[in-house]
Amino acid sequence: MNIAVIQFPGSNGDQDTFHLFASGLGLPTRYVWHKDATLGGADLVALPGGFAHGDYLRCGAIARFSPIMAAIRAHAANGGLVYGICNGFQILCEAGLLPGALIRNACLEFRCVMCDLSVEPSTAAFSPAALGPSIRLPISHGEGNYRIDDAGLSRLEANRQVLLRYARNPNGSIGSIAGIRNERGNVFGMMPHPDRAFERFHASRDGLAVARAVLASRFPELEKRTA
Amino acid sequence: MKINVFVTPKKNVLDPQGAAVGHALESLGFGGLKGVRVGKLIELEVDAADTPDFRARLDGVCRDLLSNPVIEDFRYEIVKGG
Repeated sequence: MNIAVIQFPGSNGDQDTFHLFASGLGLPTRYVWHKDATLGGADLVALPGGFAHGDYLRCGAIARFSPIMAAIRAHAANGGLVYGICNGFQILCEAGLLPGALIRNACLEFRCVMCDLSVEPSTAAFSPAALGPSIRLPISHGEGNYRIDDAGLSRLEANRQVLLRYARNPNGSIGSIAGIRNERGNVFGMMPHPDRAFERFHASRDGLAVARAVLASRFPELEKRTA
Repeated sequence: MKINVFVTPKKNVLDPQGAAVGHALESLGFGGLKGVRVGKLIELEVDAADTPDFRARLDGVCRDLLSNPVIEDFRYEIVKGG
């Protein structure tokens, strides 16, 4: 089990994400620079939070064309796990690896708060049965307002692609959506930060179970090894 | 040649910035306001001829990079004598 954390110029959640997998779950983890062409056999590719390429034009719009994205696309097409957190989620939407888009928060404020999130029944590993009905994770973003057209939203709901919803909507997201997966169930994205909720000194440690649930969606045996 | 690309939020997509600017305009007493949408203008300077092939490439970059079709529309004008 190998984890690759992608570093874009402007990523700032890369070290948090690294430690979530390396220290939190004890898994072999390394950084991959956005100009690299290969992922070196990673099982899960994590796209961290931050402001890749300054978020110029739109969040994730430039990062989508970084050289490493071709390898990430191929990895996803082969069924490999891809996990975007915050800016990483925005990049995956821009790249078309996840449906929809993220726009400016309806309140126009940058929101940096702890959020209660309801866990939706999405996969066997990512479900209220596995994670509990509600978890707490911090958010920290100005553009987390999830948007998708009506047909797209119907498909998300019908395929149980919604992972997490805000108990109190902080950004105007349609359906209070905080995180989704693709239809195939190997690409995950969410605005909340599990990478800021796993240490003893964090306000919540629910991030560990969330990261484990993403991994367990493809590697069910992991549940026992890292529990 | 010079090209002005206009990117605007889709009509049916919430535009929080437009709403905020609208509130400010109302508080300035700007009467009769029926709507505000905030978009962006991207000015390109290109050394190329205006051919069907060039238009196809321009449409491509407007769709793939300069706008996000999920939330935005684009249009452009080629500035005469630019």
